[in-house]
Amino acid sequence: MTGNHQTLALVLFSAFIAVTLGITTWVSRDRHGSAEEFYAGGRLFSPMENGFAIAGDYMSAASFLGISGLIALFGYDGLLYSVGFLVAWLVVLFLVAELVRNCGRFTLADVVAARMSERPVRIAAGTSSVTVSVLYLVAQMVGAGSLVALLLGRTSAAAQCWTVVGVGALMVIYVSLGGMRATTWIQIVKAVLLLGGTVALTALVLVRFHGDFDRLLLTAAERSGHGNAFLAPGLKYGGDWTARFDFISLGLALVLGTAGLPHILSRFYTVPTARAARRSVVWSIGLIGGFYLMTIVLGFGAAAIVGPQAVRASNAAGNTAVPLLALDLGGGSDSTGGTVLFAVVAAVAFATILAVVAGITLASSASVAHDLYASLRRRRAEPRSEVAVARAAAVGIGVVAIALGLLARDLNVAFLVGLAFAVAASANLPVLLYSLFWRGFTTRGAVYAVYGGLVPALVLVVLSPVVSGSPESLFPGVDFQYFPLQNPGLVSIPLGFLAGWLGTVTSAEVADEAKHAETEVRSLTGAGAV
Amino acid sequence: MQFSKGRVRGGDGSGPSEGHHEARGPASADMPGDVPFDDPWYDALSSGWGEPSTVAAPVPAARQGQDDDVAAAEVYLEVQGSPAFQEVRSRYRRFVVPASVAFFLWYVAYVVAATAAPGFMARPVAGAVNVGLVAGLGQFLSTFLLTWAYARHARLRRDRAALELRWDTQELTRGARGGAA
Repeated sequence: MTGNHQTLALVLFSAFIAVTLGITTWVSRDRHGSAEEFYAGGRLFSPMENGFAIAGDYMSAASFLGISGLIALFGYDGLLYSVGFLVAWLVVLFLVAELVRNCGRFTLADVVAARMSERPVRIAAGTSSVTVSVLYLVAQMVGAGSLVALLLGRTSAAAQCWTVVGVGALMVIYVSLGGMRATTWIQIVKAVLLLGGTVALTALVLVRFHGDFDRLLLTAAERSGHGNAFLAPGLKYGGDWTARFDFISLGLALVLGTAGLPHILSRFYTVPTARAARRSVVWSIGLIGGFYLMTIVLGFGAAAIVGPQAVRASNAAGNTAVPLLALDLGGGSDSTGGTVLFAVVAAVAFATILAVVAGITLASSASVAHDLYASLRRRRAEPRSEVAVARAAAVGIGVVAIALGLLARDLNVAFLVGLAFAVAASANLPVLLYSLFWRGFTTRGAVYAVYGGLVPALVLVVLSPVVSGSPESLFPGVDFQYFPLQNPGLVSIPLGFLAGWLGTVTSAEVADEAKHAETEVRSLTGAGAV
Repeated sequence: MQFSKGRVRGGDGSGPSEGHHEARGPASADMPGDVPFDDPWYDALSSGWGEPSTVAAPVPAARQGQDDDVAAAEVYLEVQGSPAFQEVRSRYRRFVVPASVAFFLWYVAYVVAATAAPGFMARPVAGAVNVGLVAGLGQFLSTFLLTWAYARHARLRRDRAALELRWDTQELTRGARGGAA
């Protein structure tokens, strides 16, 4: 990777930063700082705009570079990820999007607290939302550091540190100055750039093989050195039964976690009605599905054109498969076409990380200010001061994420993303579904459901081989590994549901029929929705 | 039975608006599923809803309680018990429950087959394409189809009745709160 690529990539990336900062100042001109404006962008986005923004929030660099890299290295097993990431949207569409839009104002806790004793439920749901957001944020920051280093060819620790700090500082500026409105426009710009880049590369791969998908697969299988096994499951997750259960656990976390991600839930509040929320999910399913279908072509294309050996030589995890593919498709590393395509892919990857990070920071600052701060203060905060707290929280979360991002620099990005999904599925999904659909659900049940999913998920990770007991773990010197799986979802998701049920049947409190009626009527009709 | 967008924006909260009385009534619970209608929610603002001034037939009027919140709670209980709402809820559940069970089982079956039976997934179908690839693309296809079916079902079978209920309920809560004040 010569200096030309890096210069051009830096120029394109600076242009993206300039454009997004311009958007931030443009949309935040003469805006009064109401909570409605800061958390929900005034609730006036159209379904199409919000659909692109949701897609922008969801298609992280881990998907763009990670999944196609996994396909390039392991063939079929990489495809399993993209299936899980997409099918998860049916849970969101059927059970969550419209009902949450109708019942809540800004956060997940709004939906639950409407039926329950407000303070304990808000604190519980706020805590788990912030935990999920921070885990996801750290994953993106770690990804930013290592990707920038890889793409710019500077692998020194100092360069990685400065990248993490720079990304963190930019995201704090976007969020605290522009709020939801600026964040949404950044997501839309990023989604268009990412989809445009992916469509162009996919078209070039298909042209290279004259539109013959069959030959693309055969060439990929042949170059991989695994033959037909490359096109079937088992190369990555086919080992012993621990590895297989680990994969099932990951699959469950992926499909159930999306509906509990705070930054996805908060997107539904940016449209005026539940119907608009549904239409935005339909848009985003179309965009995300198309995107994952194209990453499959890109992954097999990278295996067929670049070859897994070259990909692995550049980055053992396969994260550079798509940039290398772009270089080759453009005509090789010495040609103008190759240089331009490589720089475009690198700039799109930067843009992706920045936008996703901004979306998560906004959602977690909303949880801190709207749920935790408002409950822990004795009197409910004034809306204006709540926004000031949210802006300060964005700065605080930025600092925490930068610090954790620097500490966790050597952790695997895909693992961190899987962990964030597992915690979201264990702590946020059970309480959300119970309060929307279970008549007898009580305050104690809600609190149990949150902590009963959150605590086991985190404890099982600490006891897993990721943290100790094996040469690749975080602390290889000590051994307190008692749980065999890397992803806790298979155990902690059922525990979250079980704890919610247990808390409800053991509580002396009788569920408030009228509050349940209110939640049910509001969720299905939109009466009283803001 | 056409809703006008003007009604959504134009209502001032006091006067009766045109086209309203024809649009309500017991028939709203079982309107035919294939009637095309203007989308009354689209580009309607989150605030400034036109408030109907008359009480709806399918939802009984709320008793005026001493306490505002008690009265409003009564309204929600009565709306919940009304046939119109029961119909909307059962239409929602009749679609969502079987569809959720179906896609979840199909996904779990896919993941379990990929981990437990890789040999079966490797069986060739046509050319380089094997059972696993067909199943994976099938997951994409079933997701797109279910999305389309859900959006269509909600648009045709639920949206209009839900919107009627929304206006009725909001009017009743306002009446209940206002009556007690």
